[in-house]
Amino acid sequence: MELLRRPIFSLLLLLSLPISFPSISLGSAVQGEDGHREEEFTEELLLKPLPDRKVLAHFHFENTAQRTQSYGRHHHLFPKAISQLVKKFAVREMELSFTQGRWNYESWGGFDPISSSNAKPPGVELWATFDVPPDQVDASWKNLTHSLSGLFCASINFLESSATYSAPEWAFQPASGNLRYGTLPREAVCTENLTPWLKLLPCRDKAGISSLMDRPSIYRGFYHSQRLRLRPAKIIADGADSGIVLEQTLTVVLQPNGFRTKSSHSSENKISPTWAMSSLLGRKIEGRCVLAKSSNVYLQLERGLVAELNALKENQEFVGTTVLNDDLIKNPAFEISVKPDWVLKEVGNLPTGSSSLMYGYSIGKSTDSGPFDLHLTWKSPMVWSCPRPPLHASRFLMGSGNERGAIAISLRSTGLNEGLYGSNKDKESCVLPVNVFQVVPWYIKVYFHTIKVFIDEQRKAVPDVIEKIRVSPSEDKVLPGVMEMVLKLPCGVKSAAMTLEFDKGFLHIDEYPPDANQGFDIPSAIITFPNVEAAMHFNQFSSSDKSPLLSRFREKNPVQSYTEVLLVPLTTPDFSMPYNVITITCTVFALYFGSLLNVLRKRASEEERLLRAKGRSSPLSRLLAKLRRKKEVEPQSSTTSSSLFSSKLVVKIILVAAIAICWQYFG
Amino acid sequence: MEEEKKGSTSGFWRWAIASVLFRLILVFFPKNLHLSSRPEVSTPLTSLRRLSEGYWLKQSSMSPYAGSMYHGSPLLLSILGPLTALRIEGQPEHLLCGLFFILADIVNAMLIRATGQCLQMAYSQRLKALDLVKLSAASGTIQSGNLAALVYLWNPFTIVACVGLSTSPVENLATILSLYGACTGLVPLAAFGWVIATHMSLYPAILIVPVILLLGYGPDAPPRKVFLQKEYKNGGQSNVQVIFSWRQLVHFVFWSIIWGTYVLVLCGISVKQYAGLQEMIRRTYGFILTVEDLSPNIGVLWYFFAEVFDFFRSFFFIVFHMNILFMILPLAIRLKHRPAFLAFVYIAITATFKSYPSVGDSALYFGLLALFANELADIKFSFFLFCGYIGVSLLSPVMHNLWIWRIILVVESVSAMLDHDRMLMKLVAARKHVDSKS
Repeated sequence: MELLRRPIFSLLLLLSLPISFPSISLGSAVQGEDGHREEEFTEELLLKPLPDRKVLAHFHFENTAQRTQSYGRHHHLFPKAISQLVKKFAVREMELSFTQGRWNYESWGGFDPISSSNAKPPGVELWATFDVPPDQVDASWKNLTHSLSGLFCASINFLESSATYSAPEWAFQPASGNLRYGTLPREAVCTENLTPWLKLLPCRDKAGISSLMDRPSIYRGFYHSQRLRLRPAKIIADGADSGIVLEQTLTVVLQPNGFRTKSSHSSENKISPTWAMSSLLGRKIEGRCVLAKSSNVYLQLERGLVAELNALKENQEFVGTTVLNDDLIKNPAFEISVKPDWVLKEVGNLPTGSSSLMYGYSIGKSTDSGPFDLHLTWKSPMVWSCPRPPLHASRFLMGSGNERGAIAISLRSTGLNEGLYGSNKDKESCVLPVNVFQVVPWYIKVYFHTIKVFIDEQRKAVPDVIEKIRVSPSEDKVLPGVMEMVLKLPCGVKSAAMTLEFDKGFLHIDEYPPDANQGFDIPSAIITFPNVEAAMHFNQFSSSDKSPLLSRFREKNPVQSYTEVLLVPLTTPDFSMPYNVITITCTVFALYFGSLLNVLRKRASEEERLLRAKGRSSPLSRLLAKLRRKKEVEPQSSTTSSSLFSSKLVVKIILVAAIAICWQYFG
Repeated sequence: MEEEKKGSTSGFWRWAIASVLFRLILVFFPKNLHLSSRPEVSTPLTSLRRLSEGYWLKQSSMSPYAGSMYHGSPLLLSILGPLTALRIEGQPEHLLCGLFFILADIVNAMLIRATGQCLQMAYSQRLKALDLVKLSAASGTIQSGNLAALVYLWNPFTIVACVGLSTSPVENLATILSLYGACTGLVPLAAFGWVIATHMSLYPAILIVPVILLLGYGPDAPPRKVFLQKEYKNGGQSNVQVIFSWRQLVHFVFWSIIWGTYVLVLCGISVKQYAGLQEMIRRTYGFILTVEDLSPNIGVLWYFFAEVFDFFRSFFFIVFHMNILFMILPLAIRLKHRPAFLAFVYIAITATFKSYPSVGDSALYFGLLALFANELADIKFSFFLFCGYIGVSLLSPVMHNLWIWRIILVVESVSAMLDHDRMLMKLVAARKHVDSKS
């Protein structure tokens, strides 16, 4: 009975789908009240003005599925492709990101949750942990890369080869056993990767917040990173059979250009350009995705901006200007077109004193009053800085030529660490640990014994600074070089640098990519500050406590940043003439062989002649006669044997021909 | 005559000391004049940088063969490794290693000198036995031992290999030790040198043929046929016995087995906690034979294997290694009366066709070449060859092309040696002719 009723019910659902949307939302709500709410989907968008007149748009879609047996293989909202993947390869956690552009840690922030978990290295980055015995992890990884490659129309399958992925043990943050990590820095990311990613959403890009994803405006941005994260849901405590959470985020940094005419005056140049969601992304939100449990848009004002606003407000009060009542949406600095449904304030111990603000809009409510659009009009120039990581990491190459070089990772203080550790005065004992995780491809042959560490431009002994190091040296064409280390830096450090020498390898002609002269990429190094957490707590609001985006913000992840991808030119052989090389080398060998053999063989004729000339009157004649007899006998035998050979030869030829005919016939 | 000899020996010592001083000056230059980074000097097998990486890995309790950096012997690692890690304040980085290599070079030169003297004495004895006193006196004017030692010490290749911190002086030391032992009849020494040289760079394994011939027949002599001629002339009795002594061979085999097991046990102990001997053999000899590293050197194989199609790879491995092995037997048959020269030819051939040749290998066979200065005095195209060598050596940083000239040298020297034999024969015949006439 149960079995019968299910299909009929879903059939009815399908039939009623085009007729009335509200009925479906009602249906899902009813199911939710039933108590077995298995799947839920939320969509959120975070907008944030950035200090360098750009705007960050961060889309966050979360899809939760409890792993239950009642539905078998079927899901209402959760994408089937992903759940199959998870089941088949026993994926416990996974993160896949496609990124183009480089996150600017200095002006877009490096301390907040968005930058530490959504700023990704260019190209493709994939890591996954598996629930399989350690000896099967590699096989699972290989299968997973192939499946994902098909799913996302990307060359993730190149991560299959053991020379491209590595198994970090502790320096890469979500460290747990059975972890595999791989990157493809040169992968080009485009709409062909975005479309399959959107397909995983229940409403695709047809309704709700995802309908904002206008391809030209997204790819016009300075940075875009599309990410897919799978994590086990922690709702059920017993762990093993808890559900799975699919988190899909798209982070875009855009340059508002709608009202450029306004800032043409030199005096007004400082004012950030006014933007609207419709001008930024080219579309408006027509309505929520009816399948989503919640559909919210947030506007975040950073701590620095809020502090500036407060200062401005105090000034204005001092001057005596009336401050508007609703100064949250209309104040001397800016004006927001829509009144927020709620405003959240950051709480917790904040290093800089001021807290950031979060304006929340619920899309479900605004559908009645037409499409949702948000305008932000700047009225006075605001200068603020974003929260930066304690140390700004950058990486560069040293040396010249195609033979050898050195990688240098430099960490520069941003002045924040003093604020962080200002409280404890004894700077001797204060230590800032920094994890460095670096993968180098095998053709960059790193000499690990050449590690040099400089702190404040003074060379330090390696054991004094490096607390812990794990190295897995690269093996030609088999394994990449992996380096994980914990640096123990004093808190008041101004700059730290680490150099590592390497030799450039020489590849076989087949191993060069099509555009070999462009150079080869060294994937980004990951710099993590394990003691510094990027978490933002907002005061709880009844309708936002379930917001997955804000709960992600609340997670205590260490601050993490990626360094630049390095481009290393390698020597290229002559691609056009392998045959010439082969023939010339073989000619040289033949010359050597032939001439040496000729010199060795020369005796036979020459000495014979010599001896023959002398031999007639010499006492050697007996010996020579013997020799000559031998010599005379030999040719005869050889001639007889040659005739024999010819008959043998005929037999051989016939045999070969017979074999060839058989081969042709049967093969 | 005596004074002349004395003068020449004092001159020899002066020059030898001068060369050592020259090396010392070069070693104290900072950064080794960037010689250690030249591909001609340090191959993947002989580079000291890779050795210190292997030592670093070993110190951080990893197998020195983890990764594809170090491919040398574990014994060399435990001798040279600590020297690479030691730093003296205010001195260039690898000073101790440099001094070690200088020491190895000095020992090499002394051994070459001793070998040369031994060879020359034996040769002049044989010539006297042939009544060719004039020729022996003429050949005595050049002290070939001293000459060879000086050629070895002042050869720019040797200096570069020594100052450029490649381990080839040590490898050469083992080879020369084995030749010296074989020339002087010290069987354990010969066996030790051969085992160590084979252990370190595999190719000296083929030197077993000349070493056995040296031990069996004694040092180089004119061909047996000459003695036969002489015998006929004298009417049957001969005062020079050319008999292969099997006892020496048995001794040599016995000592080789002892030294071989000794080396294997030592290696086994030092790599036991990592992956064992099998891994070591795969990473050293396997690396040599399969030409895994395609970085440029002065050999033929790297560019070839960088370009050749993958499905032909194993075929060409076999062909190229067979080229070395093919010539062993013909040369051994033809030059069996001159085992030391045979050893030189083998060394030259392997230095040309080995998978990772360096100038250190050329230095060795140049030094040995001078041992046969008397016999090879009438080598054809010697000026042309010499100029070619210098030209190519100067150009080699631009194009690593040394090999094409080396082949000619091998061929020409073999033919010159055979010519020399022929000349001896002619002389004997002529004398016999005169004798019979008178």
